[in-house]
Amino acid sequence: MTEDGNVMFAEDVHKSFGRLAVLKGISLTVKNGERVCIIGASGSGKSTFLRCINHLEKIDSGRIEVNGHLIGYREEKGRIVEDTENNIARQRCEIGMVFQRFNLFPHMTALENIIEAPVRVRKISKPVAVKEGEALLARVGLADKRNVYPGKLSGGQQQRVAIARALAMKPALMLFDEPTSALDPEVIGEVLDVMKALAFEMGTTMIVVTHEMGFAREAADRVVMMDDGRIIEEGPPAHFFDNPREDRTKQFLSKIL
Amino acid sequence: MLLAALDWHILWQRIFHPDHVFVLALWRTIYISVLAQVLGVVLGLIFAFMRMSRFLPLRLLSGLYVLIFRGTPLIVQIFFVYFGANLLFGFNLIPRTVDFGLFHMDGAAFAGIIALGLNEGAYMREIIRAGIDAVDTGQMEAAKSLGMPHRIAMRRVVLPQATRFIIPPLGNEFNSMMKNSSLVFFIGVTELFGDAEIRYSTTFKPVEYFLAVAFWYLVLTSVWSVIQAQIERKLAVSERGDELSFRERVFEAWAPVSAWGRGAR
Repeated sequence: MTEDGNVMFAEDVHKSFGRLAVLKGISLTVKNGERVCIIGASGSGKSTFLRCINHLEKIDSGRIEVNGHLIGYREEKGRIVEDTENNIARQRCEIGMVFQRFNLFPHMTALENIIEAPVRVRKISKPVAVKEGEALLARVGLADKRNVYPGKLSGGQQQRVAIARALAMKPALMLFDEPTSALDPEVIGEVLDVMKALAFEMGTTMIVVTHEMGFAREAADRVVMMDDGRIIEEGPPAHFFDNPREDRTKQFLSKIL
Repeated sequence: MLLAALDWHILWQRIFHPDHVFVLALWRTIYISVLAQVLGVVLGLIFAFMRMSRFLPLRLLSGLYVLIFRGTPLIVQIFFVYFGANLLFGFNLIPRTVDFGLFHMDGAAFAGIIALGLNEGAYMREIIRAGIDAVDTGQMEAAKSLGMPHRIAMRRVVLPQATRFIIPPLGNEFNSMMKNSSLVFFIGVTELFGDAEIRYSTTFKPVEYFLAVAFWYLVLTSVWSVIQAQIERKLAVSERGDELSFRERVFEAWAPVSAWGRGAR
């Protein structure tokens, strides 16, 4: 967190895949403890922007800072160059990410998934990591699944383990990339409940790309609407859902609600 | 007529009462194949990682290696290593005998292992690279998002999962290796084929000796294919989901091989 309380600061971020411009100047600031939901039609660039925040995608221009540190790049004699791999890895420790397709490690148990990075990267001793990992599993309601492999877990359970795995690194910022889009309807609720608990009980700073408008309305401090690589509207959920300003937002909401 | 011309006694002797010279030749074929395959896997791993390196010279070197060793005949490579390497490098790269304490072999066998291994490495590089590519890209992304440097992510997350894709073609490679190892006879190693060739040249009975040696190669490859099928069956069973981890399954799958190895000794 910087002195002014910003956890994430993005300024005029541009990104193209070949000739296709995906992000056309995104600026967004997220304060400590704030929950921001990014919504928008598919192809609007919201997932790409999220992936730029932890440098899974390189940006073409602009800057992204987390905790006041430039992400993925460093300034050398006034020029911006890509950072070394180890520095980028170190920065990513501060940014947890939850994926649409969970991406749990299939060759490790639920608990092994969770303690892998703390032990290998943060160099936390194994007994301590196990203790913390068990506490995290209990928090997501899966204490009895510690020795179960991901293949034996339901989608909802896998995603809850994935959330615990990201939290185990004690990140300053959590990114959720459509965390419920790959789930069966009946298990979406259990994942959203875990996320709400994070928001309300732990005060985790989070940026959530989602199509779950109910979640956005209930848990978000701010909703951001993206369209065609730009942020076209943002505001608190009450204002956003009841009185959208832009026509494009009205259209989108009328389709999805 | 044709069968009557066969000296059945020789064939019978070669198959059911092999002498100690033959057993030594069989042992040579086995250790040359195994050691060359191990070398091939190690080289394949090294060159696969060079292929994925960020540094262009390493990628080029890896490409050049595959180009040369896949693009020239194995027998030329074997001759080059045995006859050419010492002259080319100006010192004895290939010693006369190689002594590992309990185990020693002559320089020709050593050169043969090096050449077979170098050749095999080129094929293993492609197999290993394909195995790594077959692992879902989301796995690497998840590992990186947790702050793992590329090295750790590769070793802890991607490679264990790539094993599943690498093991079946690796088994096929070893089958070829056992047969290709017969080429080292031409640099003077008396392995299975060499033994048969020497017997033939003193008796002029090609049918009996080469039929017998073909039989023994068939035994080697058949035993291996049973082991290979066992390994692949075990890996496949576990894919349907049981309580074993993939690491444990790989270990389990290889267990009968080590048990068999202990039994044979």
